[in-house]
Amino acid sequence: MATISRRAILKGGGAMVVSFAIGRQALAQARAAHTVDSFLAIHQDGSVTIFTSHVDIGTGISTVFRQVAAEELDIPVERFTVIEGDTATTPDHGGTGGSTGVPRGAADIRQAAATARRALLELAARRMNRRASDLTIEAGEIQASDGAAGVSIASLIGGKRFDLAVDPKAPLKQPSEYRIVGQPVLRADVPFKCTGRHVYLQDFSVPGMLHGRVVRPPTLGGELVSYDETAIRAIPDIKVIRIGNFLGVVAADEWAAIRAARELKVVWKDSRDLPGSDDLERYLRESPAADQVVVNRGDASGALSGAPKKFSAAYYWPFQSHASLGPSCAIADVTDAGITVWSASQGAFGLRAHLANVFGVAPENVRVIYMDGSGSYGTNGAEDAAADAVLLSRAARRPVRVQWMRQDEHGWDPKGPVQLLDVRASVDAAGNIAAWETEMWLPGGPPGERALAGPELAGMKQGHGQGAGLMTMNADPPYRAAHVRVVAHNLRETPLRLSNLRAPGKIANVFAVEGFTDELAAAARVDAVEYRRRSLDDPRALAVLDRAASMIGWRARPSPNPDAAQGNFRVGRGIAYLRYKQAENYCALAMEVAVERSTGRITVRRIACAHDCGLIMNPDGLRNQVEGNIMHTLSRALHEEVRFDQSKVISVDWVTYPVLRFPEAPPVEIALINRPDQPPYGAGEAASAPVAAALANAVFDATGIRLRRVPFAAERMKTMLARA
Amino acid sequence: MPNYSFRVNGKTVTVDSWDPDQPLLYVLRNTLGLHGAKFGCGMAQCGACTVLLDGGAARSCVTPIRHAAGRSVTTIEGLGTPENPNAVQAAFIAEQAAQCGYCTNGMIMAAQALLDRNPHPTLEQVKSALEGNLCRCGTHTRILNAVMRAARA
Ligand code: FES
Ligand code: FES
Repeated sequence: MATISRRAILKGGGAMVVSFAIGRQALAQARAAHTVDSFLAIHQDGSVTIFTSHVDIGTGISTVFRQVAAEELDIPVERFTVIEGDTATTPDHGGTGGSTGVPRGAADIRQAAATARRALLELAARRMNRRASDLTIEAGEIQASDGAAGVSIASLIGGKRFDLAVDPKAPLKQPSEYRIVGQPVLRADVPFKCTGRHVYLQDFSVPGMLHGRVVRPPTLGGELVSYDETAIRAIPDIKVIRIGNFLGVVAADEWAAIRAARELKVVWKDSRDLPGSDDLERYLRESPAADQVVVNRGDASGALSGAPKKFSAAYYWPFQSHASLGPSCAIADVTDAGITVWSASQGAFGLRAHLANVFGVAPENVRVIYMDGSGSYGTNGAEDAAADAVLLSRAARRPVRVQWMRQDEHGWDPKGPVQLLDVRASVDAAGNIAAWETEMWLPGGPPGERALAGPELAGMKQGHGQGAGLMTMNADPPYRAAHVRVVAHNLRETPLRLSNLRAPGKIANVFAVEGFTDELAAAARVDAVEYRRRSLDDPRALAVLDRAASMIGWRARPSPNPDAAQGNFRVGRGIAYLRYKQAENYCALAMEVAVERSTGRITVRRIACAHDCGLIMNPDGLRNQVEGNIMHTLSRALHEEVRFDQSKVISVDWVTYPVLRFPEAPPVEIALINRPDQPPYGAGEAASAPVAAALANAVFDATGIRLRRVPFAAERMKTMLARA
Repeated sequence: MPNYSFRVNGKTVTVDSWDPDQPLLYVLRNTLGLHGAKFGCGMAQCGACTVLLDGGAARSCVTPIRHAAGRSVTTIEGLGTPENPNAVQAAFIAEQAAQCGYCTNGMIMAAQALLDRNPHPTLEQVKSALEGNLCRCGTHTRILNAVMRAARA
C-alpha cells in the first residue's frame, strides 16, 4: 500500500537508503528530488539501483540512465538497474515526455552520481590516508596513484546512505574522458522481450485480483437508460457495476469479463453533438477561439500587403490516435487506506495528483507504480484505464485489472489534435522569403488536468484541460526573413479529448513550413536544397542538410522532376529540415518516392536522415529512436486519420484506422552527427517532424501535385492524379 | 467444466474452460501463465497474439480452445530463454529489434513460421510474411534486419 518504504522495495539489496513512510514532509523531500539517496542506492554486493520518475516505455532511456551514472561513478554499467516511476520510492523530477529524458532525466541522475563520486573519494581518502585528488576509480574500486591497496565502493557505502544533497556544482567528467557514455550499450530488457519473459503491466497480476471491462456507450456522450443482465446469466462469477453512466463488469475470469461486457443488454440514449471529421476545416475556421501571437518580427502583415508577388496555401493535419498496439491497461487496488495503481503512464506523479483530485483522496494516500506497457508516444489511454480500474476496484472492493479492448483504445483514447495552418509569404527578387505569416487553428482551450473518460461517464467533478504540448513551436520558418508573424487561434472547445502525441504541433507545423518552403523554391525555379542553404547561417543546420542530400544522391535542379516517368510510376525526391523547437536537435530528412499512376499509391523507396542532437549518449539507442520516429510518422502521414461522425469515433480498429505495414517499410539510412562539445538533447521526437513534409515534397517532385492534407491516402492521390 | 488436452511447448497439458469458445490466448496467459503472446486486438488484425499451432503461425486471439485440443502449440517461451535464445530470438537481440516490444512476440513467431517453411527467404518474402503483424513504435527496419540475419544464420 501507500506506506511501503523504500527499504521494502530494496529487500535483498540491503541498502539503507532513506526509509520513509509516505508523509507530507517526506513527500516534499521526494518531490524536491535533491538528495543523492533519492536517485541512487549502492548495495553491499556492489550493484546499484537508480531511482527516477522518467520511464522507459521502450525508448531505451533507462539504458542512458545506467550509462551516465556508471560513467560518473566508474562502476561497470552491468551492475546498474533502474526503478522507474514509483511515487513511493522514486524522486519526482518530471515524467517522460517532450524529449526531456536526456536533458532533464539523465542530467539529474548524472549530477547525483557526480556528487556521490566526490563523497566516495573523500570517504576513501580518509580511510586510505591519501588525498582525494590522488585517488581514481576503476570498475567500482577506488585506487591510489601510488599503488597502495584500494577499497571497493561497495565496502565503503554498500547498504548505507549518503545523506547528501545533490550538489549542482559537483564536478562532472569531461566528454573527452567518457568511456561508457557514447557507447552502444545494449538494452537489458531486449533479451527478455524477445523470449516472452519481460513482465509487462498487461502481464502483471496481484492476489485476489478481478478482471474488469468497461461497457462503453455507443456514442461519446451517451446516457445510460437501463441494462438487463438476463443475457449474461450463464457467464460465471460476474458482477455488473454502474456508477452514473459508467457501466462495467468484473469477473474472476478475464474471458468471462469480456463476454459479459460484450453481451450485456444496455439501452443508451445517444448524443449527437460532434461536428464530424469530414468538414473539420470549416469547423476550425468558424469556432470561437482565443488568439495568441506566437512570433512577431518586423511587420509581416504590412510587408505582405504591399508585396507584388505573394504566395499562400492551407495545410491540414487531422486528429490522430496513439493507437497503441496493446490496449491500455491498469490494475487498481482501492482500500480504506488509499489507492494503489499499477500503470504504464508516462508520468506517475502526474497521474497520482490527477487521481487524488478526481477521487478526492489525499495524494499521500495514492501510490502509482509504473510498469512497462505497450508503447505510447505521449499520453495514450493509460490514465483513463487507471481511472476505470479505480472506479471498478472501489465498487468491487477488490483489486481490479482493466485492459481496454481494441475499440476502446481507438474510440476513446485522447487524440493528437487536428491542426489547420494558413501560410502566406512574399519573396524578394531572387525568390527568397521576404515576409512570412503563419495562421493556425487548433483546439487548445485552457490547459490543466484533462477529463478522464471513466469519471466523465460517472458524472464526477473534474478538470477539462486541453493542453496538448507546446503546439505552436516550429511554426515559423528557420530561414532568414525580415518579417515573420505566427498567430494561433486556440479554439475554446474540442470535439475530441486531446493528448500529447509525439512531437505535438511541431509535426503539423513543420509539414506546413517545409512544404510551403518547397513551394516557394519550386516557384523560384531553385533547387530545394540550395533554396534552404542560402537562407541558413548555422553550420550545424547546413551540415545536416548537406549530409541528408548527399546520402540520397541529391542532384541540384528545381522541382518537379523533368524525368519523373518510369512506366506506370512517377518518381521524385524531396527534403525537409528543422531545428526541433528552434533550439534543440538539427535534423534533415530526404526521401525518394514512386507514385503509381493507376492506383495513387505512394511507395517510399529510400529514406536518408541526418541527425544532430549534440553529444550522443548511446548511438544504438539513438538510432532506434530515430528509426522509430521516421516509421511511426510515415504511418501517420500516409494513413492515419481519426474519423468520427456526429456521435462517435468510427475509425475503431486496424481496418478502419489503417497504419503502416511491412511491405511499405523503406530502407532507412541514418547519419548521426556527434557533437561532444555540445549539450545532449533527447531524440524521441525530432526526427518525426520533417517526415510528412519530405514525403509531400518528394511527391510534388514526382508528380507536380502538392499534398497539403494528411493522410496521403492512395484514393485521394489517385483522384488528384486524374485531375492533373 | 469441460477440459481440453493439448501440447504446449512439448508438454501435454489439460485445462478447464467454462466456454469452449474461449480463445487460446486467454488460456495460455491466464490458465498456463504463459504471457509471451499478447492481446492486441482480439480480431486477427495485428498479430500480437501469434503462436505456432502444429507448426504454422496462428492468431491465438481467435482460436477457440476447442480447436487447440489434441494439437501442438508452441509459444515464444518454448523457443528459447534469455540465456539461451533460439536463432530467431538471438537475431532479434543482436539487432536490438525492439522498442516497447509489445509486437515482438508476433514478429518472432511469424518469422519462425516463415523460416521453418522457407529457411532462406528474400527481403520481399519476409515483408509479405509479416504483413499482418503491426508495429506502432516503428521498429520495422530492425525487425526486417533481424529476420534476414536469422535467415542467414
Ligand atoms: S490480438 Fe490476435 S491478431 Fe491482434
Ligand atoms: S516495438 Fe512497440 S509496437 Fe513494435
